[in-house]
Parts: sequence; structure tokens; C-alpha cells
Amino acid sequence: MAVVLILVLIVVGSVLFHVLSPWWWTPIASNWTYIDSTLVITFWITGIVFVAVVSFMAYCVFRFRHKPGNKAHYEPENRRLEVLLASGTAVGVAAMLAPGLIVWNQFITVPADAASVEVVSQQWLWSFRLPGADGKLGRAETRDVTPENPLGLDKNDASGLDDVIIEGGELHLPIGKPVHILLRSVDVLHDFYVPEFRAKMDMIPGMITYFWFTPTRTGTFEILCAELCGVGHPQMRGTVVVDSDADYQTWLGQQQTFTQLTASSGELPPTN
Amino acid sequence: MVEIPSGSIPSAEVEDVELYHPHSWWTKYVFSQDAKIIAVQYSITAISIGLVALVLSWLMRIQLAFPGALSFIDADHYYQFITMHGMIMVIYLLTALFLGGFGNYLIPLMVGARDMVFPYANMLSYWIYLLAVLILAAGFFAPGGPTGAGWTLYPPQSVLSGTPGGKDWGILLMLSSLIVFIIGFTMGGLNYVVTVLQGRARGMTLMRMPLTVWGIFTATVMALLAFPALFVACVMMLFDRVLGTSFFMPAIVEMGTQLQHGGGSPILFQHLFWFFGHPEVYIVALPAFGIVSDLISTHARKNIFGYRMMVWAIVIIGALSFVVWAHHMYVSGMNPAFGFFFATTTLIIAVPTAIKVYNWVLTLWRGDIHLTLPMLFALAFIVTFVNGGLTGLFLGNVVVDVPLSDTMFVVAHFHMVMGVAPILVIFGAIYHWYPKVTGRMLNEVLGQIHFWITFLGTYAIFFPMHYLGLLGVPRRYFEMGETAFVPPSAHTLNIFITVMALVVGAGQMVFLFNLVWSLFRGREAGGNPWRATTLEWQTPQTPPAHGNWGKDLPVVYRWAYDYSVPGAAEDFIPQNVPASDGITREVPA
Repeated sequence: MAVVLILVLIVVGSVLFHVLSPWWWTPIASNWTYIDSTLVITFWITGIVFVAVVSFMAYCVFRFRHKPGNKAHYEPENRRLEVLLASGTAVGVAAMLAPGLIVWNQFITVPADAASVEVVSQQWLWSFRLPGADGKLGRAETRDVTPENPLGLDKNDASGLDDVIIEGGELHLPIGKPVHILLRSVDVLHDFYVPEFRAKMDMIPGMITYFWFTPTRTGTFEILCAELCGVGHPQMRGTVVVDSDADYQTWLGQQQTFTQLTASSGELPPTN
Repeated sequence: MVEIPSGSIPSAEVEDVELYHPHSWWTKYVFSQDAKIIAVQYSITAISIGLVALVLSWLMRIQLAFPGALSFIDADHYYQFITMHGMIMVIYLLTALFLGGFGNYLIPLMVGARDMVFPYANMLSYWIYLLAVLILAAGFFAPGGPTGAGWTLYPPQSVLSGTPGGKDWGILLMLSSLIVFIIGFTMGGLNYVVTVLQGRARGMTLMRMPLTVWGIFTATVMALLAFPALFVACVMMLFDRVLGTSFFMPAIVEMGTQLQHGGGSPILFQHLFWFFGHPEVYIVALPAFGIVSDLISTHARKNIFGYRMMVWAIVIIGALSFVVWAHHMYVSGMNPAFGFFFATTTLIIAVPTAIKVYNWVLTLWRGDIHLTLPMLFALAFIVTFVNGGLTGLFLGNVVVDVPLSDTMFVVAHFHMVMGVAPILVIFGAIYHWYPKVTGRMLNEVLGQIHFWITFLGTYAIFFPMHYLGLLGVPRRYFEMGETAFVPPSAHTLNIFITVMALVVGAGQMVFLFNLVWSLFRGREAGGNPWRATTLEWQTPQTPPAHGNWGKDLPVVYRWAYDYSVPGAAEDFIPQNVPASDGITREVPA
């Protein structure tokens, strides 16, 4: 009987824990409320299945536990029941998968008006690059990284000269405008992760990865690294600030372009 | 339906069998070619190295709950501990114990063979496995210590200086150990497969095999196909690290220095790793599925419900598990269009898996449930596995995975589903088969203590941990530090989890004590204490002698699940008892 009681307690306890838990996702600060909704659908479906299966087990143990003289029923197969259960499961799975895939399609389809922002990672620092006045990010290569050119911009690409470079500082984003986050690493795998934005993506040396989102609430958010990148992994933090448009423009005006940066470090950019 | 008149089955009597009988203590107990001895050797080695992993988990949990309490745990050590804990548990404990331990013991006995078909290769398999374990453990004593790259060993960090062991011995020993392990496993694995295909007793058709054998057989076939991908990945990474090649290494600036690598692909490693790594989950799970089916059936005195569906579910899960690997890589930066395919295949695999769960609980329905220790562990397995399996639907559904990936939710999920759940089956299986291996029963009271601590303790560890992940707490963090979105209550939860982990770990000492104590003081078991139908309980001696069956091999007349057959005198009919009407069917109609 202790077994029955504890199985019931596990069901009740798990549901209560879920309802009363103070540990829940952070208040969302991006457009990805659909991700949260899909997660809630999944909680409902899986929660019902969990409660049903464990309760049924508890009932079986209660009702069919051994007593002298008991004999089990002999029934090798029941094709109808098996087909019924399999179909029911398939329906439940489809109910989770379908919205999931629809939202995934949105997740990987970057809107045409999204502004590009590059995030560059290294052990254990975040840097950022904005396209500058021409709206285009210049070419960059890991091979071109030097102490004076930490993000490895191609000095022969004119579209890079006006790029705004933020090395190790805060990234600011304007509220309500979709951003196309381009991710690049110069050493090992990292992962740009801001819990409030829900989105995250690994950064891979030699590749450019991406995701997109629209900030929906102003505030200061912590950037964490979510892919093990060596002993400094937990200390690899950064800050992203979502500003009103006016505040954003003020901040942008204070940042240095690639040209200014190389000039201040004593090296003149090429004049082509 | 195949109907085989029993009269036409030729006699299974054989004059003598070509078995290498040991002539000395040395060849009987050390360099033994008897699968049963090899099984015990595998099990003892796996459990021993598993204890190391258990201690490592304690140290990690102490660091997470009480940062700085143990001054010798710095970030380097922490990452070394998580890496070794993960790799030991997945490969050197679970894989080795299920296939090398249970596979060796149960396959020949359950299919009615005298031994594995290649006993010498089988013996070599164990000694090579032991060598792999020793190479792995040598990491603890090597300069720089073991690798701290995480058990996934993702390059480039695994071979660079920012990771413990990356430029020292650690990663070299890890890769070498894995390569040696795979060589040893291949020898054993071929044995298990060929023995199932070629070594079965007369009448033991494939569709009469106990599900334990189906689970181990399918898992072994999968392992033989999946481990080569890991083998290749390890060899290539060794080349990158030792010879300076660039299979996985693109152009890299490490701490301000341009490295001489270029053109390689870090993500290629991830594909190879998970092409192995996902089937690996089922390499551990399928033997557990099979074993737990037999535990439930035997101790509920009822045939397993939907046997043929259970067999096909095992085979289908095994096959599908080769086309889901990239669900570990949704946020890896691979082509995002892959997400559609891999999310679909991953959620499809939930259907055969759910069928297995339904059939387990439907086996309990209208059964005669004996709440023995194996049954308790089987029930605990179902609860844990259902919980862990359902959270897999979060992580498998690509867009839901995005916020949860790389958080403690993942850690909680995989510990539930492929850590705790299979280990509960291992415990149930040990309580079930220990009497056959030793001739004595394990102590019931100690077993009850062990069961309740383990079942409730692990649930208390891993169930709440999901919610830390939901909150956004990342995994593989040496210390959380000051993080705005993490409330102080999350730390309280961390302390609770750590205390439970220490208790559960300590509870395992009860089990170890029981294993040793019962060997000498346990109640005499007799040949078939559970009144089970399968062949291993019908051996002439307990423990079975070399060659298993004495002079005559058993002949099989029925499936493995004739429990509580209407009209039968007993509530079980062993597989080697002829049918009263002279007609034997594969699966009763």
C-alpha cells in the first residue's frame, strides 16, 4: 500500500510543484511569445499524459496487488486497444509538432527590414559591430585579427570602414525594430544567450550563424555564454541594453567607427 | 501464425560440444572464456569505475551548492569532474554494464546456448575494455589532469589551452581510451549478435525470444553501427591535436595568437559525435526496455502485453534513432532547415516509445502483482522514464528547445531518461538475477532501504532541476555568480538538490554492502526462486556450470510469457515444457 500512496503522492506533488514553483521563465523581452505558447501547450499535453500513466499504475498496483488465490488474466494481445493508443499518441504528438514547426519557420525567416548586428566572441569576451552609415557590414576574417584589429575587418573593404565597433562594451538595441543577429567566433564555440529574448544560437569559428528577434521592452539584460568554452565559461558575461529610439541614437553617436578606432591606435586605414 | 508440431523437432542432444574447459584457477576465474565469468568481470569493473563517477558527482554538487566550500575544487577541476562523470556514466558504466555485463550473462542462457559463439574474442573484449578503463583513469594522474572539455569533447576548445587537459595529456588519454573501448566493444558486440542469430536452442525462434534478448540484441547491432562514427571522430581529433591537421579546426586566434590551423569544421565533429551519441541513448535504453518488460511480466505473473508490438517497437526505435541525431544540434548553427526534418523524426520516435510504456502498464492491469524488489524498481523505472521521456518532447520540438537548450532543463531531462531510468532497471535486474549468478537471494530489508532512497531521492534531485533550466540557469557553470535573473531561492533549490544527491549516493553503499553480505549470508535461492518461464531459470545447476546445460541442450516449445495460463496447474510454464495439445505456436493466438 505504501507503493500506491507514494505513486499518488508523486503525481500530486509534481503537479503542485509545477503550479507553486517560484522558478519560472524570465519575463519575456522579445517577440518570441509563440515559443512560450508552444512550451505551455507541451506542458499541458505531457502533464496530462504523466498524470494519467502514473495514476493508472497506482490504480493497478492497488487493485491487482498479490493476494492469496489471485490469478492474473491471460490476454497476450489486444489489437484494437493497441491501435487506439498508438493513434491517440500520434494525435498528441502532432498537436505539439505542428505549432512547433510553424514557429520554427518564423524563427529562421529573417524579416527583410531587420537591422544587422554582429556579435563576435572570443575566450571570454563579447564584442559587437554595427553596420555604420552605409547600412552594410564590411567583410571580416579570423585570419585578419590583430591586436589593433580585434574583429578581423578587411581593411580593403570600404563598406567596413564606417562600421561601429564595440569591443567588450555594452550592446544597445532600439526597441520595436527587428534585429538580425550575426554570430561569429574567433576561437572556440560560444553561444549568445539572453534568457529574456528566448532565442539563442551557437557561434562557430569559421562560420557565421544567426538568429533574429524584435526587442519588445526596454531595459538592461545580461548576456551569458551557453556553450562550454573553457574554464572562463561562467564568467563570459556581457550586457545588452534595449533603448527607446532617442536614447539609442544618442548612444550610437558616442561609438567609434572602425576608421576612428584604427586612427586612434596609430595605424592609418588604407586610402583606396 | 507459424504452428510447429512438437513431434517434428529433432532431438537437441549432442555428443559433446567443443568448449574450452578451464584447467586451472587462473583460466577459470581470470582469463576465463566463460561468458558468465566475463559478465561478472565486466560488471565489477563497470560498477567500480561508476563509483568514481558517483564521487565526482558529489564534488560537483558540493561546488554548485556551496561554492568554495572545498578549496581544491577550482574551475579546472570542476570541468574535469563533469567531463569524467559524464563519459564514465554513459560509456564505461551504462554501455559496458548492459551489453558486456547483462549481455554476456543473459544472452547464452536465455537463448539456450552453451556460451557465446566466439569465447576467445569475448575474453579479449573484456581485457581490452579493462585497458580502456585504465587509460581513462590514468587521466587523473597525468600532468594537467584529465580533460575538462565536457563529455561531448567539442573542438576546438577540447584541444586548446583554455580547457583543462587540452594541451596536456588529458584529451589524448580520453581519445585513446575511447578508441580502445570501441575496439574491445566490437569484439564483444559481434559475439552477442552472432550468438543470438546462430546460437539459439532448437525451437527458440526469434519471435519467442524474451524481450531482454531483443533489447540487448538490437542495442548491440546499433552500437556496432554507431560506435564507428565516434571512432572516426576520435582518430581525426587525435590527428588535429598531435599532427596539427585541421579536420575540425578552422582558422583560430587563440588568446591573441594566430594558430596554424585552417579549413576544418567544428560542426563536422558534432555530426559525427551525435551520429554515435543519439543511438547511444537507445543503446542504453533498449536493454533497459527489454529487461524491465521481463521483470514486470515475471513479477506480475502475467504475459507481457502485446509481445509482437513490443518487439517491433524495439526494432523501429533502434532504426529511427539513426535519423534523429541532429536534435542535439538545433542551436549548433547547422543549417536551420534541418530543424524541420529532425524535429519530425524525433517526435515520431515518441509513438513506438509510448506504445512500450502503455504495454508495460497494461501488463500490470489484471495482473497478480508481487511487490518484490525487481517489481518495485520496474515501477520506479516507469515513473522516471515517463517523466524523462515526456520532457524529451520539449527538447525534441525544435523551437521549444531554443530557450531550454544548454540549460539545467537538459541536464535534468537526460539524467531522468538515460541516467536514473536505466540505472533503476540495472538495480531491478541485479535483484532479479543475483540469485541465479550466486545461488543466494539479496537481502530484502537492505533492498527496500536502497530502493526507497534511490527512487525518491533521484526524483527529488532531477524533477525540480527542470525548473532551474526553465528559469534560464545554464548548464556547465562552475559558479552562477551574481546574475540578475536568478533569484536567491534558486540557490536554495541548489542546496536541496545537493543534499539529496549526497543522500542518494550514500544510499548506494547499502546496495554494495548487500551485494557482498548476501554472497555469504543470503538466503539460498534454489534454481528458480521467481518461478519464471525463461530458460536461464531452468538450468540443471545454480549457479550454472560451464556449458550451462549439462549434457542436453534445452528444447523450446513456447514463448517466454506463459504466466497464469488458464487451466495450467502452476501460474507459469517454462519455455522448455512441451504443450499439452502437441501444438506450439510462436505467440499464443
